[in-house]
Amino acid sequence: MTTFIQTASSRTLANVAQDHAIAAEAPFSTIIRKGQTLRIEDSYGQQAIDTLFYNAEDHSERYSSQDTMREHGAAYITTGTRIVSNEGRVMLTMSADSCGRHDTSAGACSCESNTVRFGHGTKYLHACRDNFVLEVSKHGMSKRDVVPNINFFMNVPIEPSGEMTIVDGISAPGDYVELKAEMDVLLVISNCPQINNPCNGFDPTPIRVLVWDGEA
Amino acid sequence: MQHVRRSPEEIAANRARYEEHQRKGLEFAPKALPAPSPLPAPPVDAVRVVHQEVIPGGWYWSTRIKRGETLRIAQQQGFSTVTLVAWNAAETSERLNLPDTVKMQWTTALSKGRVIFSDMGRVMFSVIEDSSGAHDCLMGGSTATSNLTKYGEGTRNTRDNLVLLATKAGLERRDIPAALSLFAPVRVDQDGKFQWRPELRHEGDYIELRAEMEIIVGLSNCPHPLDPNPDYRPNPVTVTRIAATEPCVDDLCRTATAEAVRGFENNALAAI
Repeated sequence: MTTFIQTASSRTLANVAQDHAIAAEAPFSTIIRKGQTLRIEDSYGQQAIDTLFYNAEDHSERYSSQDTMREHGAAYITTGTRIVSNEGRVMLTMSADSCGRHDTSAGACSCESNTVRFGHGTKYLHACRDNFVLEVSKHGMSKRDVVPNINFFMNVPIEPSGEMTIVDGISAPGDYVELKAEMDVLLVISNCPQINNPCNGFDPTPIRVLVWDGEA
Repeated sequence: MQHVRRSPEEIAANRARYEEHQRKGLEFAPKALPAPSPLPAPPVDAVRVVHQEVIPGGWYWSTRIKRGETLRIAQQQGFSTVTLVAWNAAETSERLNLPDTVKMQWTTALSKGRVIFSDMGRVMFSVIEDSSGAHDCLMGGSTATSNLTKYGEGTRNTRDNLVLLATKAGLERRDIPAALSLFAPVRVDQDGKFQWRPELRHEGDYIELRAEMEIIVGLSNCPHPLDPNPDYRPNPVTVTRIAATEPCVDDLCRTATAEAVRGFENNALAAI
């Protein structure tokens, strides 16, 4: 684990609006207001952070991986990428990225997909989709609302042939992404519990989420 | 927050298990798959045709298909991209899941012998014939905005088509899954940037998808957002529902990969 890395003089631990420590394998959600800056920190490194966004006022508008990739023109997202909803609107903009590799093609792990990927003996392991379902259910939603997500800090190279595999993450302890909210959004996170592939270095770890108000 | 690390032995054991799956998925599985289906597409015996639909350029169509039936989608009237969504007809909260489909099969390139998964670890479709292999599992279809930017006012788009067909099936816009664009030759370069690769297309391309459960399938026939043609001229596409058959015990799609075998075991368990 590393100490706080400051990216702007206006954003310090002293003036943070929200500061959440999220345990390994746990779900989390909070509201980010328009103009606020969200930081998601991979405190120990090599930790996939499965992330969804919903319009805080109308949950039927939500993160769309396909619209985001189409607008971005690439399969990986980074600084400058606009996070786009299923209605084609910009929800947030990625304003900083100290890692440089994030996935939005491979979705969230689940008990059911674990059986296909790693054998039926892996069914009874905690998984991101269960985290997501539990967390969105607090906001009146259900499995129907759990759509393809962002995997911050997950390294999923896709070859020109189409070949795709999950490999060791390149994030170091303290690496972060920052996103500026362009509308009021509900942030939902599953701090990925997967131990059957390298997305968490086979050792899921705690993370930190910070939110700052916009500059006046 | 403090963290107590797992033991090096546990980490090493899990890594070794993963690398074995990875080696099979990346090296052995592609060798088990056949060449693309030859062209031209063979005619379908008229007595086996349950229904044939010609979807005009820009339009959508939705139908229920029974387990074992095959949907043939064929480019008989020129090139077009057909975007597909699907739900389990008996439990529509179970639906097409492309992220699972691509990561579980270690490839974004669907081809003959591959399968298409739901979010519940079950197989929805088997790709029993495919002359193309040039499909887009990542980017999806056009929207009102992407069409407006590209063509100006007054063109039909896939997103609106999917809202229409989902609503008419009693579903809502929140039920629309990430969509599979058939006959869209999209690949990524080394940096992950999307590229349109027209050389991967063939005249008269077709695909046959065998339903592995009762399915509501929706199709939208609109140009892909990356299609470089500046004119909006989608061609009609012919879709044929072919009567159900029982797959043989050594069926290609049921046996080609370890992941497909386990997916079909989940199908069998759900059917008890």
